[in-house]
Amino acid sequence: MRAHRCKLRALGGVAVLVAALAAAGCGSSSSSNAPGVSATSITLGTHQPLTGPAAPGYSEIAPASQAFFDYLNAQGGIYGRKIHLIIKNDEYNPTQTVSVVHELVLDDNVFGIFEGLGTPTHTKVVGFLNSSKVPDMFVASGCACWDEGAKQPYTFGWQPNYTIEGKILGQYLKQHFAGKKIGVFYQDDDFGTGGLAGIKDEVPASQIVTTQPYQSGTTNVAPQIAAIKAAGAEVLVDFTVPIYTALGQLTSFTLGYKPQLVVSNVGIDPTTVGGLLKTYSKGKAGTELIEGAITDGYLPSVAETSNPWIALFKKIKEKYDPSAPLDGNVEYGMANAYTLAQALQLAGKDLTREKLIDAVDEKGAQLSGPGLVPFRYNKTEHGGYGGVEIGQVRGGKIVLFGGPLVTEPTAGSPITPYTKAQPSPPASGVSVP
Amino acid sequence: MTRFIDLTLNGISTGAVYSAVALALVMIWRATRIVNFAQGGMLMITTFIASDVIGSSGSYWLGFAVALVCGLVLGALVERVLVRRVEGGPPLNAVIVALGLLILLEALAGMIWGNTPRSFPPAFSIRGYDVGGTHLLFAPDDTFIVLVVFAVAVLLALLFRYTALGLRMRASALAPEVARLLGVRVGRMFTLGWALAAFVGSLAGVLVAPSVFVSPSGFDPILIFGFTAAVLGGLDSPPGAVVGGIVLGLVLSYVSGYEGSSLVTLAALVVLIAVLMIRPGGLFSTRRERRV
Amino acid sequence: MSVPAAERPGAGAAAAQPPGARRRPHLPGSTLARSLGLVVLVGVLLWIASELLGSYDDLRLASGSYYFAVLAGLTLLTGLSGQISLGHGALMAVGAYTVALLVGNEHWALVPALAAAVAITALVGVLVGAAASRLRGPYLAGATLAFAIGLPSLAEKYSGTFGGANGLAINPPAVPSWLGQSFPLERWEAWIAGIGALVVVFAINNLVRSGVGRSLRAVRDDEIAASLCGLHVGRVQTLAFVVSAACAGLGGGMLAVVLQLAAPGAFQLSLSLSLLTAIVLGGLGSQLGALWGAIVLVLLPSWTNDIAHSSSLSNQVSANLPLAIYGVVLIAAMLAWPSGIQGALRRIIALARRIPLGSKELDKHSTSGSGGVSHEST
Repeated sequence: MRAHRCKLRALGGVAVLVAALAAAGCGSSSSSNAPGVSATSITLGTHQPLTGPAAPGYSEIAPASQAFFDYLNAQGGIYGRKIHLIIKNDEYNPTQTVSVVHELVLDDNVFGIFEGLGTPTHTKVVGFLNSSKVPDMFVASGCACWDEGAKQPYTFGWQPNYTIEGKILGQYLKQHFAGKKIGVFYQDDDFGTGGLAGIKDEVPASQIVTTQPYQSGTTNVAPQIAAIKAAGAEVLVDFTVPIYTALGQLTSFTLGYKPQLVVSNVGIDPTTVGGLLKTYSKGKAGTELIEGAITDGYLPSVAETSNPWIALFKKIKEKYDPSAPLDGNVEYGMANAYTLAQALQLAGKDLTREKLIDAVDEKGAQLSGPGLVPFRYNKTEHGGYGGVEIGQVRGGKIVLFGGPLVTEPTAGSPITPYTKAQPSPPASGVSVP
Repeated sequence: MTRFIDLTLNGISTGAVYSAVALALVMIWRATRIVNFAQGGMLMITTFIASDVIGSSGSYWLGFAVALVCGLVLGALVERVLVRRVEGGPPLNAVIVALGLLILLEALAGMIWGNTPRSFPPAFSIRGYDVGGTHLLFAPDDTFIVLVVFAVAVLLALLFRYTALGLRMRASALAPEVARLLGVRVGRMFTLGWALAAFVGSLAGVLVAPSVFVSPSGFDPILIFGFTAAVLGGLDSPPGAVVGGIVLGLVLSYVSGYEGSSLVTLAALVVLIAVLMIRPGGLFSTRRERRV
Repeated sequence: MSVPAAERPGAGAAAAQPPGARRRPHLPGSTLARSLGLVVLVGVLLWIASELLGSYDDLRLASGSYYFAVLAGLTLLTGLSGQISLGHGALMAVGAYTVALLVGNEHWALVPALAAAVAITALVGVLVGAAASRLRGPYLAGATLAFAIGLPSLAEKYSGTFGGANGLAINPPAVPSWLGQSFPLERWEAWIAGIGALVVVFAINNLVRSGVGRSLRAVRDDEIAASLCGLHVGRVQTLAFVVSAACAGLGGGMLAVVLQLAAPGAFQLSLSLSLLTAIVLGGLGSQLGALWGAIVLVLLPSWTNDIAHSSSLSNQVSANLPLAIYGVVLIAAMLAWPSGIQGALRRIIALARRIPLGSKELDKHSTSGSGGVSHEST
């Protein structure tokens, strides 16, 4: 009797499990030709950290992309198809990234994944996406790991590789701060180590007096900044995300340490960093502690209100994403969305996954838009933007100067100026070569 | 040598922050025998409220006072509405309710104030003291934090040891039935305990906020170390919370400075285990092991 | 009042057990046969389920299975042995990294790698359990919490071996050729995880009904009385830890196989807290409670996310809504069902059959943690 009841309960338990799963998940069958594509719509998916410690700033990116798609959809979309973006929260946890990406591909039947954010998160789904032949477009991370056109044909990067950025910043340091002692404060992951590798490629080793990594998630970076000050560094290079740029500056303030600041474009957005340092700065902008910092950019500065792309993004933001500030994250989301729309346009009216991939492989390098530099796209290179322009924080805004520079991520490859002018945005839709 | 001084001062200032949080946890434990994970959520909410008040009124001390008052109210409210119902049951249930409350509070904060961290002003200057031309890694605001932490620890210790109220609170926590028989209003003692603990928590939140930036999950690392410090010092002892916090702060600072920040959490684990193996009730525990 | 010799844990380990960790009585047949029957029954049901469900749901079935493996061990530790652990996420990490390193770098086969994960995590469990046996209540909680946040940082410190912040990625498990070319990978993963869960069901089911299970409960209920009966309290508690660590290692190893990853970001403190929440919500101390907990862990996040998506609230609100609902559900469930889902179900069954709640017949799997004499289940 007991055995029977025991088994009965187990039976009941598993039956509930199956019923719950079947009820909760409605797996529709997918059309293998072009899943996620109908005559009137294209469905894409993305995974983003919408909540949790990694959310600040990044949570604005996908809604901004969606706003840009809404703008295009209002004009009829691409070949009459409206673009829909399903945004799923992975809280920067790779387990959840795998789960939501599987859900997007297997359950929601998206046409492709767009702008997946984060290196530790996205690296865990690249294998699945490539083996399932799902387009993995324009990953929101500067890791070199997306730049493997032969091994990962379905994955494309978008933003400049951290090493490329490091090299160009390094060259600026070599030219303008010759002989000065340099300390590097960097995040202990692909972002920081990639940037540091680029710096080391250009700057003589004798100039770098100390490199201090920090773990993302720590709350106390004073030991690292104090070490950099103690080593006598006159230039402080930050490969940090905004929170740690701000924390580093707070410690520098306490120590009365005022080196020349050089910050990666990832960690310099004046709106974000200024908001974190507001109470320590006179005046509302809060950017006093980062004033004069050298940085770089591959999109026009959001402060350049006369730039036609910024004007366009501002208009779109006010209509479709009004609660967001017009800052670097929002610009990123919209510019990336523009590139995707261009790619969809290039792929043609008869849209399939293969055609999208081929379109970017063949013509991606000729794409031009809000970016200041060209893309590195061909059959073997899936890297994204190939360079940056040096900039500086002046009056609380980023001002770019000196002209865009491009290079390859390999050590020793030359840095050359890029002189083609930025095109104006089209009156409607997107423009393709 | 300057490196060592820098790290020591940094250890004391970060340790004082952990002590502040640890004191709030000790308060709750002594008063109600519950490990309160929701403490973090409550102090985060009161700090957000303080931030809004400071932003609109321009006065730091007004925001400070509002945070403390909100803490009292929130603590009492949580006790009456939620904790009252799980107080008699299995202890783990109270832990789960506290966890649920923490998650709920962080989500609510995200909905109301957004996930973007914001700046919070310190009470006093954060420019390090000027000693012979160099600035120390210790500022007037750090002195303020250390003094406040010591004062709170002393007051709590006095409250529990020498006042009738403290005795009633301890009795309510350790032997509620007996306390009732002796005429103690146990329910009120619990409410008061939670209110006071939330008060201390709000204080900790306001002191900590300048260095962690106010955001829904921004206080989590501090809370984890604060809990570690409380366990390290002994959950029954306010002086233990202070000592535990400072010790932890120093150890983590030295490890971060000499070994690198990747070993910091491991160092916390090693210190805690080392102490607990010798004194399983924390540094200041009074219980002795009963071996049969 | 000593434990009869025949009921003391005997020697001999069956193949299904983690190496050297525990022993079962050599009583002929009944417990063993019943466990086998249970395993076969559940196995058949899982197989049918995996065939009926689509690929994504098969993945969720796999997730539920490896969570069940961890939760079964954890609920044994917390429910039957009375020790609270906030560190089982880190133990899962040990299992996951072991499998990732062995399969990825050394190209081991699946089953040996999972067995190694169990063994190595059990070894870590010996260390942690020995330390834990000296601690009680919140001090144990604090120590295991420090363990949960401290251990994964080893992966970032020794980033050469463990892959640093990115962690390790491995190739998906190869679907055997005799299953056919178009056999979905997710279903194969569901089978692997399902078999692992069945192993755990078998082992835990036997353990709970054995002398060892009785020792655990005895120590939980009254350490001094148990000592007087001749039980070595520290050793019994360490044993409970080792068993739960072995289960966590298996669960973590299966996680690595199913998700093909082992990364520090996957084993944060929130995982350990979710595991604890799941066993209490499901019903402390019973395997069915672990099952309900696993279902909640897998289904609740997607259910709350669907609610948030279908609502037309602003981004800020809808991003945080799933977590808010989760928090409310936790609080409400604890207030409404103090004994968890299993406790609530037991009440309903009792009402349906009109059996008094305190009856011996009903108290088969476990008791709640509030002390008193525990009922024998043979």
